[in-house]
Amino acid sequence: MKSYRSTLAAALVLPLLMTACGSSPDDELNADGKVVLTVAMDAGLESKAIEAFNARVAQFEQANPDIDVKPQEYTWTAATFTAQLAGGTAPDVLTVPFTDGRGLIERKQIADISSRVAALPYTSGLNPTVAKAGQSADGKQWAVPIAAYGQALHYNRTLFTQAGLDPDKPPTTWAEVRSAAKQITDRTGQAGYAQMTQGNTGGWILTTLDYAFGGRTEKIDGDKAEATVDTPEMTEVLTTLRAMRWDDNSMGANFLYDWAGINQDFAAGRIGMYVSGGGNYGNLLTQNGLKPADYGVAALPLADKPDAGVLGGGTLAVVSSNAGERGRDAAVKWIDFYYMGKLTNQDAAVADAKTLSETKQPVGVPALPVVDRATYDKQQEWVKQYVNVPLTQMKPYTDRMFDQPLVTEPTKSTQEVYKILDTTVQKLLTDRGADVAALLKAADADAQSTIGRG
Amino acid sequence: MAVQSPARPAAVVAPPPAPRRRRSPVTWARRGGLTNLLFLLPLLVVFGVFSWAPIAQSVVMSFQRTNLVGPVHFVGLDNFAQVLGDPLLWTAVGNTLWFAALALVFGYPIPLVAAVLISEVRARRGLFSALAYLPVVVPPVVAVLLWKFFYDASPSGVFNTVLGWVGLGPWQWLQDPGSAMPALVLEATWAAAGGTVIIYLAALAGVSAEQYEAAEIDGAGIWRKIWHVTLPRLRGVLLVTFILQIIGTAQVFLEPFLFTGGGPANSTMTVLLLIYDYAFGSSLGGDYGAATALSIMLAAVLAVLSALYLRVTKSWSAT
Repeated sequence: MKSYRSTLAAALVLPLLMTACGSSPDDELNADGKVVLTVAMDAGLESKAIEAFNARVAQFEQANPDIDVKPQEYTWTAATFTAQLAGGTAPDVLTVPFTDGRGLIERKQIADISSRVAALPYTSGLNPTVAKAGQSADGKQWAVPIAAYGQALHYNRTLFTQAGLDPDKPPTTWAEVRSAAKQITDRTGQAGYAQMTQGNTGGWILTTLDYAFGGRTEKIDGDKAEATVDTPEMTEVLTTLRAMRWDDNSMGANFLYDWAGINQDFAAGRIGMYVSGGGNYGNLLTQNGLKPADYGVAALPLADKPDAGVLGGGTLAVVSSNAGERGRDAAVKWIDFYYMGKLTNQDAAVADAKTLSETKQPVGVPALPVVDRATYDKQQEWVKQYVNVPLTQMKPYTDRMFDQPLVTEPTKSTQEVYKILDTTVQKLLTDRGADVAALLKAADADAQSTIGRG
Repeated sequence: MAVQSPARPAAVVAPPPAPRRRRSPVTWARRGGLTNLLFLLPLLVVFGVFSWAPIAQSVVMSFQRTNLVGPVHFVGLDNFAQVLGDPLLWTAVGNTLWFAALALVFGYPIPLVAAVLISEVRARRGLFSALAYLPVVVPPVVAVLLWKFFYDASPSGVFNTVLGWVGLGPWQWLQDPGSAMPALVLEATWAAAGGTVIIYLAALAGVSAEQYEAAEIDGAGIWRKIWHVTLPRLRGVLLVTFILQIIGTAQVFLEPFLFTGGGPANSTMTVLLLIYDYAFGSSLGGDYGAATALSIMLAAVLAVLSALYLRVTKSWSAT
């Protein structure tokens, strides 16, 4: 019996020991000795977009014969990101939002590629506000900013027309947003204005509206951070939303939208207006089958207050800490080629725009500059002939996007506070009796304790 | 058995057991021990790697603070204290109990009634069984996506259109904190009932026709037959499906995760969804320590509950 038991114990313990063993990152090589580099490709792309991506991969491999690039479908989501990173299933080159940059660097969850990035010719020319999101405390560039956005008001021109509104004159104040939303719902039966509420996006958009009304959700003083959710500005935001939801009934019937869900319903013509990043057109077109004629985008209406601003954010390209030394070299080359080349180098910009336009992918989607303004303007000139997005329909946004004050996202426990605000906005939109003051008091206390813990 | 008959003949008394001989590894191997082990090995390895290793790792992790990439810190019982101090835990426990109660009220009797009815019909019994089982065949995620269309809260949603025909609605379904949980239970019952119906049908097949005939001769109608013949014969199975249902509902995750993400305003936040949120709610290395601590507490509560239940119902389950 005893020998059975010990055999059994050994059989149970051995696999435990085996799984406990780890290894330091090694480069993955293919049969030809090329270093294998997995790179992020947006999940759920339509076939033309995948074709465009693969064409870029082929161009890169031709220029770098010792690298074997393998595209992997990847879209950043708060829920799956760390598990992917920790489990080693994230691609070697991946993208994360600005809000995560500092935290990932502090916790050393991503590879330190700062010396390689410093060698790139344009690093010193990066827009300093934007570059900061990818820097460690000592100013080293661990992550490369590849795109920046400001929030905007997206609207459906067809629904505007059907509702008797002028699609070339979108709302410029929140009072106009409210009346346009009501008119759209009354005349077309669709949601006049909808808002994200789930998966931390509820907090993201609520914070955007708070900024637009002149508020801030946190106050930073040196190392100390204080949650400032319960403010007159946020009260005004919630009061406006409550009026649209419960008095006007102009916010539709879905109050559990996340980013993907609201994009889908907007592209399907079920939403009149919603707030999201100014560059959303690409996703709406390539992943949700938006009809270009339906699309319009306007600058986010700002309250007439000195602190009113547009929430801005962006995307960083980072390298997984699982990549080995050769892998890291290859990763930075890919970031330079795929993400940055098109912003800084004429040949690369033209090649990228040409490939995209040949595969009928959007070229010329509005974005804020990650490099200095002069380089940005030059880049716009280089690709001008390939632009295929309806620029005139984007004028209400592009005419004003550089003039609006840009405010960065909150920095302390950003996603956790967004999550708390998810509950606030859900409660407001699904419970007629919800008390704005009580909601904000509770959210403020929760946010404060989260920031204190974080 | 405490009283021995004094008249028992001595010859029948069993001889005292022979002293157990210690077997050497060689004897063990000669008697086929190695072959047995060889056959057992794949199972042990698979269990070890995919079941026992994660369980052992999560027990260890519940005492740690880790983001799975950086260094690990042992924090003693801090994770447990943090979880128990989280006000959301009690919301989640309340919601899970509410789900379990609703699932028991609706989800427990419906398969039983369906099984009894199917077993009573004489024609097309196979067809009815197949229809009852059909929802189980639909992949759960597909089923949820399908029901999301049904639950569309706009007047053009499937259920609201049907309600509109009789002048009712539109109802808010998933978009209202009050109706979201019952809506989840309705879908969960639809999705899971088929499996239980099949178990009941199999058990019902074991009830001999003579007992029904005897009951009929005694003048019993259909209800008395069910009450006095069917249910007593199903008692053992009913007790097992009851505890399985309790364990299943305590671990409900799929429906709230896919339908509502725990909303609106945490009204469908369940214990398992909270565990998921602890682990994956933050993009900067979730609180894996708190997540595993709560998992261990849930497992302990369920284990104690099952043990108590089996003990209490031991005398009832003899059929």
